[in-house]
Amino acid sequence: MLKITDLVHSYGSHRVLGGVSLSVAEGELVSVVGPSGCGKSTLLRSIAGLIRPSGGRITLGGRPVERTPDDLAIVFQDYSRSLFPWMSAANNVALPLRRKGMDRRQRREAAMAALDQVGLADAGSKYPWEMSGGMQQRVSIARALAYRPSLLLMDEPFGSVDAQTREDLEDLVLNVCAHHGITILLITHDIDESVYVGDRVVVLTRSPAVVAADLVIGLGRTRDQIATRQLDAFVRLRAEVGRLVRGGHTGHTTESTSVLEKK
Amino acid sequence: MDYARVLRGAAGVAGFLAVAELVGLSGLVDDRFLPRMSTVLGAATGLVADPEFLADAGATLTVWALGLLLTVALAVSAGLLLGTLPRAEAATRPLIEFLRPIPSVAVIPLAILLFSDNLHLKLAVIVYAASWPVLINTIYGLKDVDPLAKETLRSFGFGPVSVLARVALPSAAPFIATGIRVASGIAVILAISAELMAGGSEGVGIYITEAASGGRVDLMLAATLWAGLFGLVADAVMVAAERRLFRWHHVRTGGAR
Ligand SMILES: Nc1ncnc2c1ncn2[C@@H]1O[C@H](COP(=O)(O)OP(=O)(O)OP(=O)(O)O)[C@@H](O)[C@H]1O
Ligand SMILES: [Mg+2]
Repeated sequence: MLKITDLVHSYGSHRVLGGVSLSVAEGELVSVVGPSGCGKSTLLRSIAGLIRPSGGRITLGGRPVERTPDDLAIVFQDYSRSLFPWMSAANNVALPLRRKGMDRRQRREAAMAALDQVGLADAGSKYPWEMSGGMQQRVSIARALAYRPSLLLMDEPFGSVDAQTREDLEDLVLNVCAHHGITILLITHDIDESVYVGDRVVVLTRSPAVVAADLVIGLGRTRDQIATRQLDAFVRLRAEVGRLVRGGHTGHTTESTSVLEKK
Repeated sequence: MDYARVLRGAAGVAGFLAVAELVGLSGLVDDRFLPRMSTVLGAATGLVADPEFLADAGATLTVWALGLLLTVALAVSAGLLLGTLPRAEAATRPLIEFLRPIPSVAVIPLAILLFSDNLHLKLAVIVYAASWPVLINTIYGLKDVDPLAKETLRSFGFGPVSVLARVALPSAAPFIATGIRVASGIAVILAISAELMAGGSEGVGIYITEAASGGRVDLMLAATLWAGLFGLVADAVMVAAERRLFRWHHVRTGGAR
């Protein structure tokens, strides 16, 4: 549904994206990893139509992205700045639902349900500035989930939460992707996480970024925080992604080489 | 509010009143020119029951309120326009920078020439003088809106008008409110100045003029005292309202009080 071809972007004379090509199928969850500052957030903003890339093509459902596509939600890396401090958490989550033509009660219910999903059932009336960073981050995740977008872009969405919550949220995202057919692009700097949640892991090079590798993670859809991470395949893939992020070349994992040859 | 601060403020005022009274008692000044503080306070208390003064106070209050209302309507709209259209803002900035520092009282003689209706005259000078802080703060507040907050709403598919109404305006609101509070003080000053300079049939300024021509300095000062007190109370009410409404802003900007 999402197809990116030779995406180039420069801020002034500073070239950040050096020709990124990538496609994501409907209902797929693709993790994107890459070194800090390589242009991951820039990639995401281009997809969302928030910046106009210097070159290349992005199509969504066959149509080129010119302005912000309908039916898209973003969890911004800078989650605290993306919440509105004059509104309670519940109202923050409910606000975008106006676009869905829901009435006040429906919005309220959807917001409470989404907050419940991220473990904040009791925090709906709190204001963002009364919450910890991890709680704010979960509110912004809840806002995106409540919106039920067809494409969900997440920029390091679990960076500020504790380990246990993080695992819960990873499973929540997997669940949402499976049961609501949402296509997800998830940026992370956690290699382990990229493999655990991804149907595919896309590794970007240092800036100007290009796609260094595009690995299919053949671990199936039902994943388990403990069992999956112990699988030989998981351990191998994790090492592979780690090597690639560090700038090494593809090892001999059959899955990955086959993908690279296919491309 | 801080209890100790209030106490210190009250002590300061009491001290001033006492010194003023002592100066009066000492006979250093002729109390036909400067009545004793206790006389002034007594006269001020008397004014509360003086129907003539109350009618004048009501008239000034009405002009103040109308003027402030007009100011807010005009200056906030203009500020929204200039704050969202950078080119228009750049084009009008030199004009604003030139007009703003002109002492507003200086425009009253011009207004006297331009307006035959006394109410229109007063409203015009109030709106002219009080608009600046509201206008400037609205423009500044809109510039200060976090771009990421706007992008967030855009990313959910909201158009520019929704972004303005749902993000830009609420996030600029604390700045606008401060502008309105400053404007309120200016409006009091301009209302009374216009009454003093342009005359008319009623208003605190008229009362003061008449007291002066009757040689009643005590009544002059008493009326002035009430005008000052009104400005003070209006300001305090607005500060309290701002704290309540924009708690999110004060918490974030570290305004601990
Ligand atoms: N608005 C901007 N103007 C100028 N330069 C920018 C802007 N946004 C990002 N950059 C620069 O572009 C490069 C890539 O930024 P980007 O935020 O896309 O990287 P990232 O991969 O998301 O980094 P991180 O992992 O730290 O989040 C960085 O060098 C950054 O300084
Ligand atoms: Mg980033």
